[in-house]
Amino acid sequence: MKPADLQLDANGQLRHFLSVEGLSRKTLTEILDVAESFANVKAQAVKKVPLLRGKTVVNLFFENSTRTRTTFELAAKRLSADVLNINISTSATSKGESLLDMLHNLEAMHCDMFVVRHADSGAAHFIARHVAPHISVINAGDGRHAHPTQAMLDMFTIRRHKGDFGPLRVAIIGDILHSRVARSQIHALNTLGAGEVRVIGPKTLIPADCSRLGVQVFHDMREGLAGADVVIALRLQKERMEGALLPSEREFFKRYGVTEEKLAVAKPDAIIMHPGPINRGVEIDSEVADGPRSVILEQVSNGIAVRMAVMSLVLGRNPVTEAEGGA
Amino acid sequence: MNLLIRGGHVVDPASGLDATADVYVTDNRIGAVGEAPAGFVADRTIDATGRVVCPGLIDLQAKLREPGETHKGTIASETAAAAAGGVTALCCPPDTKPVLDSSAVVELIRDRAEAAGMCRVLPIGALTKDLAGEHLAEMLSLKRAGCIAVGNARAIANTLVLRRAMEYAATLDLTVFLNSEDPWLAASGCMHEGQISTRLGLGGIPACAEAIGVARDLILIEQTGVRAHFSRLSTAKAVEMVAKAKARGLPVSCDVTAHQLFLTELDVDLFNSLCHVRPPLRTQRDRDGLRAALADGVITSICSDHQPHDRDAKLAPFAATEPGMSGLETLLPLALRLAEEGVMPRAEAIARLTTGPASVLNVEGGTLQPGARADICIFDANARWEVNPSTLVSRGKNTPLSGWEMKGRVTCTLLDGRVVFQRGPDA
Repeated sequence: MKPADLQLDANGQLRHFLSVEGLSRKTLTEILDVAESFANVKAQAVKKVPLLRGKTVVNLFFENSTRTRTTFELAAKRLSADVLNINISTSATSKGESLLDMLHNLEAMHCDMFVVRHADSGAAHFIARHVAPHISVINAGDGRHAHPTQAMLDMFTIRRHKGDFGPLRVAIIGDILHSRVARSQIHALNTLGAGEVRVIGPKTLIPADCSRLGVQVFHDMREGLAGADVVIALRLQKERMEGALLPSEREFFKRYGVTEEKLAVAKPDAIIMHPGPINRGVEIDSEVADGPRSVILEQVSNGIAVRMAVMSLVLGRNPVTEAEGGA
Repeated sequence: MNLLIRGGHVVDPASGLDATADVYVTDNRIGAVGEAPAGFVADRTIDATGRVVCPGLIDLQAKLREPGETHKGTIASETAAAAAGGVTALCCPPDTKPVLDSSAVVELIRDRAEAAGMCRVLPIGALTKDLAGEHLAEMLSLKRAGCIAVGNARAIANTLVLRRAMEYAATLDLTVFLNSEDPWLAASGCMHEGQISTRLGLGGIPACAEAIGVARDLILIEQTGVRAHFSRLSTAKAVEMVAKAKARGLPVSCDVTAHQLFLTELDVDLFNSLCHVRPPLRTQRDRDGLRAALADGVITSICSDHQPHDRDAKLAPFAATEPGMSGLETLLPLALRLAEEGVMPRAEAIARLTTGPASVLNVEGGTLQPGARADICIFDANARWEVNPSTLVSRGKNTPLSGWEMKGRVTCTLLDGRVVFQRGPDA
């Protein structure tokens, strides 16, 4: 099965949003355009639009994430949907209720959308395959596999600063091996036609056959950052110090931490991104994170508009085309 | 009781026969092939015109799920599936619950298999107690109770324990079945480490995990002089090492799972849990290497690695599903497909299911020569059929081959001269 088959309906419209992989440039651009139309909502006195009035969105989080869950919740509320937050610790499912039983119970409550975060790669696809046909599934992060809304908000941020993707050289730094964000970013950048996508990291954190994802692999920051227009630092989890992947955070920072000094070889107008939450002094220096080229906080606020766009589109509402059609 | 199997095309790799001939069975043994024995009067005749008649297949690895996991399959249900697949003898690995490390479990399995009467069941006893890789199992009792070989179902991490286990097995003249894999390299994986695991974000099992395991085990085989069989090799590299060891004269053999000859890591894509198997599906290059080694005789046997599962076992995100596929009923058609695809002649493919495994086990069987037990598989080489899980005899419907068009289907299976399976005309 091609990745897109599960996500698109017979007319090629999004019905789930599970991964960026397999979606067309047109679909990704549509998401960005719709997000642009929502980006102004937050500046209005009344922050709500009525697109999803009467719809029920369930945030189904099998893994803790206050930030991602909050932005999804805000996005749903600004679309006037009802929101239900369910946090399921892994122990709850181990009490004997299977994942599918739990889903079927929620279906019976007439929900319209599941926003799913799960520690297992493929969990969102699994759920999308088995839910009732009237339910849309949005992947809010599955294992190491994908985090497509994060990637799209990053694309949104890049487009706002750089316009066209064509001439861009983008460098993604750090723990590629465990990063669902990096995988989704790479697919999104390649689909949107970015000139060159690079990953930089030690061999222990670069997955096998990584170049097959459509990236150039670098192990040296000076080489990898040369001429970069966009620099993305990834979060380094503390548990990577175990299992012999890295000797210490300090040593990682020395070689791969994003500092002004290392950025000297990047383009002068390069933007610095990070999916958050940042570890200062591990993957990024405070001077960079808080500096003029950093767009890290913008990413957070763009996340709401992008998630509003994805939620609207999977439920068949496109405010951009609807406005044109109505005019 | 005299049985005549008339007019079939007999393929008997042991004698090199590959021609139309009648097969004469007296009681439970082959009386003759070709010319009727003096005074033979058939009490019963099976018309095999247009069919192929070959020795009953011997499968070196099939899980029956009993004792311990009878919600997935039973000795009765899975030996019936074996009969439907033309398999007349199979080895069951020791990872039952409780583990096959005591004569009581061996006796239970043998009793139930005999009661079912569908297929010979040849238990592989545990090499270590509870398969824990720490203490030696009572191999002498296991051998006396009827274990055909010993193995550990998974790799033994402690090299000293493995060495001792090999030495002890060699003392008892037992063949050791090995599942070679470096446990640390494989620990966090659920599929082949490569482009697909990277894309899907699944933990990978690198090819070197198997190669390193085989390298270590080959050195220990040389050291201990044990007769060893590498079960279900999945990488071209490991097979290459076994080939060199064989050429040097080490007492080693190896087999491959039928599905490894057709499926690759690409089939796992988009989290197809039916393709979750151990060892994992590898690359196309590995598949080609396995096929080449099979054709040139380095790999002497193809096994089904039959692992029936209940539906729930495969209904979860990929890594959380249980590995293994249902394989007994697709074993022969997949082997025949090798001939169709030009990998090897049909008779050679059948040899990998008969004489090959018989020689690994050093047992009678796998031939239609006079005096041999009348374990016979009759199949329609031209029958085209589509794999449909719901029509499988096995309780395990977990096959990723659903919808595949197969050519060649078992029509009749005989065990000790007795018909244990016959496909109805509409099936």
